Amino acid sequence: MNTLQKKPMSRDAMLTLGAAVIGLVLLFVFDSTFDRFTMQIFKLCAINIILALSLNLINGFTGLFSLGHAGFMAVGAYTCALLAMTPDQKATNFVLQPIAPWLLDLHLPFLPALLVSGLIAGFIGWFLGVVALRLRDDYLAIATLGFSEIIRVVLTNTQSITNGSLGLKGIPRYTTMWWAWGSAVVITLFLVLLIKSSYGRAFKSIRDNEIAAESMGVDVFGMKVLSFTISSFLAGIAGGLLAHYLTTIDPKQFIFLKTFDILLIVVLGGVGSITGSIVAAIVVTISMEALRFLDGPLNLGFMVTNGVPGLRMVFFSALLMVVVIFRQQGLMGTSEFSWDSLSRIGLLPKRGPKSGKGGE
Amino acid sequence: MDLQTFLQQFVNALSLGSLYALIAIGYTMVYGILRLINFAHGDVFMIGGYLAFYGVSTFLMPWWLAVCLAIVVTTVFGVGLERVAYRPLRDSPRISIMISAIGASFLIENLAIVLFDARPKAFPVSNLFAGNHVIGGVHIAAVSLIIPVVTAVLLAVLLWIVHRTKTGMAMRAVSTDIDAARLMAIDVNRIVSITFAIGSALAAIGGILWALKYPRLEPLMGIMPGLKCFIAAVVGGIGSIAGAVLGGLLLGLIELMTIAVLPELTGYKDAFAFVLLIMVLLVKPTGLLGKNQGEKV
Repeated sequence: MNTLQKKPMSRDAMLTLGAAVIGLVLLFVFDSTFDRFTMQIFKLCAINIILALSLNLINGFTGLFSLGHAGFMAVGAYTCALLAMTPDQKATNFVLQPIAPWLLDLHLPFLPALLVSGLIAGFIGWFLGVVALRLRDDYLAIATLGFSEIIRVVLTNTQSITNGSLGLKGIPRYTTMWWAWGSAVVITLFLVLLIKSSYGRAFKSIRDNEIAAESMGVDVFGMKVLSFTISSFLAGIAGGLLAHYLTTIDPKQFIFLKTFDILLIVVLGGVGSITGSIVAAIVVTISMEALRFLDGPLNLGFMVTNGVPGLRMVFFSALLMVVVIFRQQGLMGTSEFSWDSLSRIGLLPKRGPKSGKGGE
Repeated sequence: MDLQTFLQQFVNALSLGSLYALIAIGYTMVYGILRLINFAHGDVFMIGGYLAFYGVSTFLMPWWLAVCLAIVVTTVFGVGLERVAYRPLRDSPRISIMISAIGASFLIENLAIVLFDARPKAFPVSNLFAGNHVIGGVHIAAVSLIIPVVTAVLLAVLLWIVHRTKTGMAMRAVSTDIDAARLMAIDVNRIVSITFAIGSALAAIGGILWALKYPRLEPLMGIMPGLKCFIAAVVGGIGSIAGAVLGGLLLGLIELMTIAVLPELTGYKDAFAFVLLIMVLLVKPTGLLGKNQGEKV
């Protein structure tokens, strides 16, 4: 949250504390009042926040255009699901080929499973980073995209470990609202601290001018790898949460188009803004559901259409194009929410500063 | 593997490889001039296939007319795409242009799902291209014979344009240095449009040939071939037309030959291209025939 970005001012500290309390109360209220469907969307908001933040760390703050996120999510989702499912649940899934024996009895509670899935995704990210981060710009983009597709193809073909294209079903629904939003809050705090730290400044210096950063003594390659590893770790965590949120996963879900969905959020929110990613993640997730009516029959006043499946995605991709061409900085650019920005405009919201109260 | 199986696989690989080469040329030309991965190139390819389909099956045109119209309309589409999605961002950071390219690809795919319907369509293969020839015990589908011939002819025309005409000279100049080319009174926008026109026309022809080879049209059919052909262009050395052809043929050979030798790897087929890409990028990032360009500070 935003406490840590500010000079120690009592007014800001009090405001932040107040916002945190309001956020917590709101979470309690939502938890008890939302129906199942609304709650699912609300949880998805939190997962998308984590995904957007982790992609923004590498793309926005370090300036490395990576398109491999779907792959790291897949690794996290599969690891977490396979670790947290009981041997019985696993055995019922593997019909074509029995599960590898060493994997069958491997069972962990949710939190360790989630952490392990993040660690494995992070390790793979580290490895790919060491290999691929010598490349830059579009070469890096296409190489990371390639890695994520390789991960997906491997997941499809390792029948005795991942159940291949059949996927995993009946994953326990561990991702409660508290898990989802708790992780989102912890990760947001972590990223705010990271960006404010010397590491964060090193990341940004690489983004702004790699050669200048290097001549100032920044370990460019090491920092790139670090950023990439953290980003993959977080994507793995989000993947784990997603697996236990959806309760069924299969490799097709993690096709690289999934990365584009997250990229949409990051670009709309502002490449290089934590606040922007959070606001955009919430707005996009909710409107993805709210605009579902576009896919059904439409009453245009003068005529009624038959329902055009896919119109919703046309809207979102058109929105992405419009934002890239006409407002490249997205919602927030690289600026962040602060109480000062509120007071400067007489405590009136100007550019979507509601995020301060959302309990992020 | 006996000789006959080898020849059979080789012929298949040659035909697939020339198809890859055809599409890879579009990537390499656009990249050579604008330093831009035209992510939507695969979708232009898809549009070409669909237009030919609608020409033949909905408007009942004769084959040659449907194909010609499909190529023309796709070309116009490709040029329009550059005007709308890439030209406004020409001086923006590269990440913006790339996001725009991804967005354009995303938009075209989703529009295709709405307009063309997500369900796969069977491409009507004319009798001209159906059938098999048996040469020395090797079965060759008529399409597999046509594809390398078409690619060779188009390649010859293209090389003539690039190396023997004034427009081609301007293209090479823009590719070397866009600002210097502008100072030499070259209309850069016109050259970029022409490049996109050529690339899109080749993609349309590639799309139609692809649909003849695999007669099944889907809105997302351009994604995989698009990515693979981009990889082929990178492997051969992006910016070089000969490199794109070499990369395409190489990719076709590797894909089919690996499966022929090691059938248990069939499931991993789609990953070969990416593995090849990563290996080439690590060993020789400029590609097989690419020129090394020093980094500009």
